[in-house]
Amino acid sequence: MAETASMAETAAIGAPRAAYPLDALALGARSIEAARLTALGPAARLAFRGREAAIQAAGEAFGVALPREANRRHTADGRHALWLGPDEWMLLAPGADPAPLFAAIEAATAGLPHALVDVSARSVTIEVAGPKAAYVLNQGNPLDLSIEAFPVGSATRTLFHKAEIVLSRIAPDIFHVDVWRSFAPYVWQMLEDGRRELA
Amino acid sequence: MTNRFRTHSGGRIDRGAPVSFRFDGKTYSGFKGDTLASALIANGVHLVGRSFKYHRPRGFISAGSDEPNALVNVARDAARMSPNLRATQVELYEGLKASSQNRWPSLGFDAGAANDFVSPFLPAGFYYKTFMWPAGAWKRFYEPKIRAMAGLGVAPTLPDPDRYTQNYAYCDVLVVGAGPAGLAAALAAAAGGAKVWLVDEQAELGGSLLAERTATIEGKPAQQWLADTLATLAAMDNVTLLPRTTAFAYFPHNMIALAERVTEHLAAPGADLPRERLWQLRAREVVLATGALERPLVFPDNDRPGVLLADSARTYLNRYGAKPGDRAVIFTACDAGYRTALDLAAGGVAVVAVADLRREVHGELPARALAAGIDVRPATVVTGTTGRLRVSGARLAKIKGGPSVDPVGASETIACDTVLMSGGFTPSVHLFSQSRGKLAWDAASGAYLPGTSVERERSAGACRGITGLQRVLEDGYGQGEAAAKASRDAASPARGATPPPGPSAKTFPAQADDLGTDGFIGATPHARNPAFTKAFVDWQNDVTAKDITLATREGFRSIEHVKRYTTTGMATDQGKTSNMNTLGIVAEALGESVPKIGLTTFRPPFTPTTFGLFAGAARGDQFDPVRKTAIHDWAAEHGAAFEDVSLWKRAWYFPKALPDGRREDLHAAVGRECKAVRSSVGMFDASTLGKIEVVGPDAAEFMNRMYTNAWAKLEPGRLRYGVMLREDGFVMDDGVVGRMAPDRFHVTTTTGGAPRVLAHMEDYLQTEWPDLDVWLTSTTEQWAVIAVQGPKAREVLAPLIEGIDLAKEAFPHMSVREGTILGVPTRLFSVSFTGELGFEVNVPAQYGRAVWEAIFAAGERFGITPYGTETMHVLRAEKGYIIVGQETDGTQVPDDVNLGWAVGKAKKDFVGKRSLARAAMSAPDRKQLVGLRTTDPKLVLEEGAQIVADPKAPVPVPMLGFVTSSYYSAVLGHSIALAVVKGGRARIGTRLSVPMPDRVIEVEIVEPVFYDPKGDRLNG
Repeated sequence: MAETASMAETAAIGAPRAAYPLDALALGARSIEAARLTALGPAARLAFRGREAAIQAAGEAFGVALPREANRRHTADGRHALWLGPDEWMLLAPGADPAPLFAAIEAATAGLPHALVDVSARSVTIEVAGPKAAYVLNQGNPLDLSIEAFPVGSATRTLFHKAEIVLSRIAPDIFHVDVWRSFAPYVWQMLEDGRRELA
Repeated sequence: MTNRFRTHSGGRIDRGAPVSFRFDGKTYSGFKGDTLASALIANGVHLVGRSFKYHRPRGFISAGSDEPNALVNVARDAARMSPNLRATQVELYEGLKASSQNRWPSLGFDAGAANDFVSPFLPAGFYYKTFMWPAGAWKRFYEPKIRAMAGLGVAPTLPDPDRYTQNYAYCDVLVVGAGPAGLAAALAAAAGGAKVWLVDEQAELGGSLLAERTATIEGKPAQQWLADTLATLAAMDNVTLLPRTTAFAYFPHNMIALAERVTEHLAAPGADLPRERLWQLRAREVVLATGALERPLVFPDNDRPGVLLADSARTYLNRYGAKPGDRAVIFTACDAGYRTALDLAAGGVAVVAVADLRREVHGELPARALAAGIDVRPATVVTGTTGRLRVSGARLAKIKGGPSVDPVGASETIACDTVLMSGGFTPSVHLFSQSRGKLAWDAASGAYLPGTSVERERSAGACRGITGLQRVLEDGYGQGEAAAKASRDAASPARGATPPPGPSAKTFPAQADDLGTDGFIGATPHARNPAFTKAFVDWQNDVTAKDITLATREGFRSIEHVKRYTTTGMATDQGKTSNMNTLGIVAEALGESVPKIGLTTFRPPFTPTTFGLFAGAARGDQFDPVRKTAIHDWAAEHGAAFEDVSLWKRAWYFPKALPDGRREDLHAAVGRECKAVRSSVGMFDASTLGKIEVVGPDAAEFMNRMYTNAWAKLEPGRLRYGVMLREDGFVMDDGVVGRMAPDRFHVTTTTGGAPRVLAHMEDYLQTEWPDLDVWLTSTTEQWAVIAVQGPKAREVLAPLIEGIDLAKEAFPHMSVREGTILGVPTRLFSVSFTGELGFEVNVPAQYGRAVWEAIFAAGERFGITPYGTETMHVLRAEKGYIIVGQETDGTQVPDDVNLGWAVGKAKKDFVGKRSLARAAMSAPDRKQLVGLRTTDPKLVLEEGAQIVADPKAPVPVPMLGFVTSSYYSAVLGHSIALAVVKGGRARIGTRLSVPMPDRVIEVEIVEPVFYDPKGDRLNG
């Protein structure tokens, strides 16, 4: 699942090299099959807020209908729309350049009451995968992560130890943890600590 | 050492796996499956500790977690040293090292035992009665002496090297206690498909069944039935079995805290395993199957090593193959004494007499004892024991019938090496009581039983007063079934008493001794001189029957007061063995019934719990998140010193290496950095500033309401310094705000204020103005922010920027433009917090370091100097710019800190406006921001120092204000300070005093802008 900082993006930008807070930590990760940790590559992340009138237009422009059911994630063509609140969604496009996406959604929702903010750089995503993924997450997260209570397609803003995260279940044994940059090393190290007993 | 007191066969120990261990430096051997207690008993060792107050020699009382006496220190190494572990719960492993506590110089001869001889002067409440005179002696003499004497065990001095983890978990039915009731409950609940957790504090699941010798269940020996049942449960996917796991706290809404001891029993635990694991388990339904605790009898000298609870002695014999002695005297108030007597006799221990407190003895067990030729003596008490470090005899006396001066007749001393007592069983209602369930007194069994439930919980088996193996099993099964059914029902919590055992869906034909509910609470009679006898109620806190009656004579009536006055039940065992006997003694002394006296409250934890368990992984570097900016590593590589600002690490200053190999100190580095910014150019990592994107058609209206400033006329592309007030009119936060578009503002806040400001805005938006079409998004971490400040700032940046005209006219001070820097999209601010020409480069965070490095390279020809927060503070103080939280303390209105200009007078409303209109908010003697100059230009005032008019004025000297910021300005060549002073602006030009411990410093009140007062430099 890991995508390294895409060559295309680096080339387009020119000289400056992108650097992410987990670059070094991810290199030193232990190989523990019961709960694998991966720092996922960059993604376009757009925070969308809006009134009823703007919701459908935003979803159409993004290419994923925005879920209206609480704590759900909709996926289409590798893009995800996460319900985070009654008027709040996170639009996720792994590997994509945020600028054209932003422009397209802004164009489609022009004149409709909404707010679109590019937060692509605000967070990074960690994948926790393996039969003990939920167990490791439950060391710092108080939710019931059983498949019945938190099925595939669930997404929620929640906590991992003392950091705020957005948690999504991608597959029965695969979770994505979206965390603000400066909290990412803390979350990573807490995940490492949590899965240490499974080595 | 030989295991002289080990039986030849039987028990659950692994006789093929001998284990060597040390106690007080001496090597012993035991077997895998032993506890430290059972192994010592098998070696004939009963003396294992000294008591808390009187330093009396003490041995084992029980075989479980209720043990009050046998507290030992177990040490793997100097750091892994645990005091106060109950030897009855310490599992033996190869090489275990344990030592006794509270003795000096040795366990056999303990100097502190002198306390025992002066005990008539150490009665209950002696703390409150003595040490009163002379007045000063408490601090200098009594307290240090008492502290040296007090306490059990020694805390390790090294950091704990072990790991502890914490897990959240959910289940349908939690069963606490894996004795017969708990096992049956788990079977029933699991059969219905419920997700079941079965936890037990012991190393093995099975509870009382682990010590059964003759009982049968469903036609099988009890131990076989246990093995089969555990195999059945272990094979089920929906069942989690956790031995060595104590349910130590019952929190609201069925949140149960479990302490799982993961590696404590291993000789060589791997480094990756946690020592303990805290489970925070949310259970839909809870079945409490916590059993019952055997009560001691309160008779003189009942604390001599070798005096044990009868059923615990039976556990040592049957479960561990460890004989409590060769010759036993049994003192009982119920049939448990006989069951133990019969098992001892079968195990090769001579039972020389059974003293039965009951006047008449009948029933099956006593009859079998008589038939076995055991000397059974009804209406008989033990009135004392002989021996010093081990019991050598018991004094038996007949209870006299009818009214009599002496309650008992003459005593006869019988030689023995162990005295086994049983006062009956107390249902363990600790967790039920913790759940706030109401206890009910059951006169028939003389016990408090679970009454009305508050949580979705039910009790099963002995913990609710049910006796007889078959009835217990069937009750357990019935409650387990009911719990599973209730767990499928989402309806509101059941509040009520656990129903009486109905017809169970399953019968458990069992053959076992039924002990009934006979028992005794209180102190047993004797005719000895009370001044020289000690009949212990609470072993761990050394509280005797005499202490309790003294408390009642001194007027204590409530059990809660008696408890606190005598400290009974307040030790680490929480009175598991003592509470009921205390009640009995108080009830008798006051001539009241037990329920009238009440019962003390049970509080978590059920047994002592390590600090590590609560800390979990939150320790050391991981105690809190450490937030670092994208530029942090560059700063670290360039030798920056860092300071903590909220959770952030911020570069504080960049000390340079000196020719002699040392590095600049703070003073030298800051002086150099300041001069560089003022004379050429410096760069600063401002990424930690809070950033909020305020977007929506009503964004400007929202900003108008939140900030004192007027925003409607601010054009896109322009910046404005904004001031935010609380409802009370006091300054809450400030920051520069850029209007990116008619409906989009880029708001900055202070570093520490970012979450607070966002929450404050959201609060108003959601509760006061939900009609506004505007939304808030935190963008603090989206942007890395690089401040480039100084006269050469434009020259440094210009070659790197595309799409923005940096010319002064095209991009004036307080503007914002979007373009690219080296191809990276940027929001470029022309803004200054230094008083120099300045820019702030906002770039997506992943490019922060690369752009920083590029600017650093481009600035090299100007000697660009990275600077830290200390230089930033000095530069802004030279300009009189305030820092919210430094010049303000939550009591300043804008005008107090010279920000009156930022308040939009014509605005209809904003948060805090009405409060500003109060007369006191514009009083002339409010503390106002001013500058201070010291007469001695080198002297730097202390921040926080008070300012007075006349330092010689009589105390209390009227305080006029205090220093808020104080630095040495290398640029100006003298010290500068900011202060808030009453009516300060009117005092400019006058002199005041700053009294310090060693001298009084004279200061001149000046304008707070020390550098470039006209602001010419801002425009470059």
